[in-house]
Amino acid sequence: MSTLLEVVDLKSWYASIQVLFGVSMAVGEGECVTLLGRNGMGKSTLVKSLMGLLAPRAGTVRFAGQDLTGKPSYRVARAGLGLVPEGRGIFPNLTVRENLVATAHNQRAAPGPWTLERVCEMFPRLRERSLNLGANLSGGEQQMLAIGRALMTNPRLLILDEATEGLAPLIRQDIWRCLERLKASGLALIVIDKNIGPLLRLADRHYVLSKGNVVWSGPSAALRESPDVLQAWVGV
Amino acid sequence: MSVIVLLTQLLNGVQLGVLLFLLSAGLTLVFGIMNFINLSHGSLYMLGAYFGAAAYTATGSFLLAVVAATGGSLLLGLIVERVALARLYAREHLDQVLATFGLILIFNEVARVTWGPSSVYIDVPGTLVGAVDLLGLSYPRYRLFIIGVGVAVAVALYLLIHRTRLGMLIRAGASVPTMVGALGVNLARLNALVFALGAALAGLAGLLAAPLMSVQPGMGEPILIVALVVIVTGGIGSIRGAFYGALIVGIVDTVGRAFLPELLRLMLSPSLARAAGPALASMLIYLVMAGVLALRPQGLFPVKHG
Repeated sequence: MSTLLEVVDLKSWYASIQVLFGVSMAVGEGECVTLLGRNGMGKSTLVKSLMGLLAPRAGTVRFAGQDLTGKPSYRVARAGLGLVPEGRGIFPNLTVRENLVATAHNQRAAPGPWTLERVCEMFPRLRERSLNLGANLSGGEQQMLAIGRALMTNPRLLILDEATEGLAPLIRQDIWRCLERLKASGLALIVIDKNIGPLLRLADRHYVLSKGNVVWSGPSAALRESPDVLQAWVGV
Repeated sequence: MSVIVLLTQLLNGVQLGVLLFLLSAGLTLVFGIMNFINLSHGSLYMLGAYFGAAAYTATGSFLLAVVAATGGSLLLGLIVERVALARLYAREHLDQVLATFGLILIFNEVARVTWGPSSVYIDVPGTLVGAVDLLGLSYPRYRLFIIGVGVAVAVALYLLIHRTRLGMLIRAGASVPTMVGALGVNLARLNALVFALGAALAGLAGLLAAPLMSVQPGMGEPILIVALVVIVTGGIGSIRGAFYGALIVGIVDTVGRAFLPELLRLMLSPSLARAAGPALASMLIYLVMAGVLALRPQGLFPVKHG
């Protein structure tokens, strides 16, 4: 498997407070990787540093052969990273359809690009709600919309920060099923979530973060056999 | 007070309103979307008037004057935004106010040096001279033309904001700008585009006002203050709010100045009415704004967020 995303020794600060202390990680083509760890350990900061929403002060981010370190977020997105952010970031004053269409692009000219039709096929709820404003959706619908919106930018790697947080159990299952389908289609994924069970089934490898460092990494099988890791660093 | 006079003043109010709308549209978009206070927006109005007047005097074509006014202020707006203002988006409002106030001083001085301290006058274009008969009401053709242009621009802006992809991005950028960038849109370019569009409309307003008022250094500041009243009354960031706010402010100001002194004469002693009338009339739009702020701080037609 060739490496798609390679992060080396990334260090990030919020103003004068250092949050990432040299994180290194990699995601292969079509691979699903998770970021685990308690709140405030640097998972979301890592995502922001990857996406160009926070400029790292040291280290490198390489994606598909391009150096994206410190590039503005729109360049990172055009290179093929799709983001479903924590809190979903839906445009509340746009309709569901407009949310999907507004930022849609296929900069890399990927074959068989995502269309409104394909997104609505994956999430039929969005078709029913297409003329509603983003603000009027339920949490689950918003998460489907955020995923659909990111897919419409035809990414090679999709990053989901808190994939199922605050959602009802049935909706969660929908989201996990959707992520299975995306992974099967060859899309690479970085998933952050608090539900270890589904993550162990979905993902290939895991990175455990604590205080801005990677303290453990390995495949799902190894993580299943080390409950002490989860207990010590993730709190499960 | 006859009906004819009242209707004439109402139309004058609408005419002032659409002029204010052209000026406020850019101001409200820049303020609402980039959270940027641009006091120098009035300078673009002034320079648009100068560009248009120069082109009109040189060529005699009002159409070319429109092109010069809108094109000139669009280009100037783009340059000012890229060179100076884009660096200020992340700064606090006080910095923005100080910097754009500095720009006002510079632009007024540039106008004084280039075109002289005295006023420049241009005539109403030939085909728009004279009056039109509106069911017995004789009304200046040129003022009707301004109303027509303003309404046409309002409709075009409405369609742009609500029916096009660019409009979606403008609205999206107003609510969650970081996500617009993280989904692959160059926000800096989007902001520059919005700014340039607003600048072009300000320049158009300046030219349209030129045959009615004189073109002179500093002409942008009094009307900028009224435009700020418009966007606060209508709801910051909302084109609809700018349109209705401008009409309300235009009508209240015009009709108030025309009739308030007479109304007061019915209630107060003549000398008191003579003193209080004009003063009160010129305060009226600020009183309306204060009332709106007290009852609906978000403005009368705020941006819908669901």
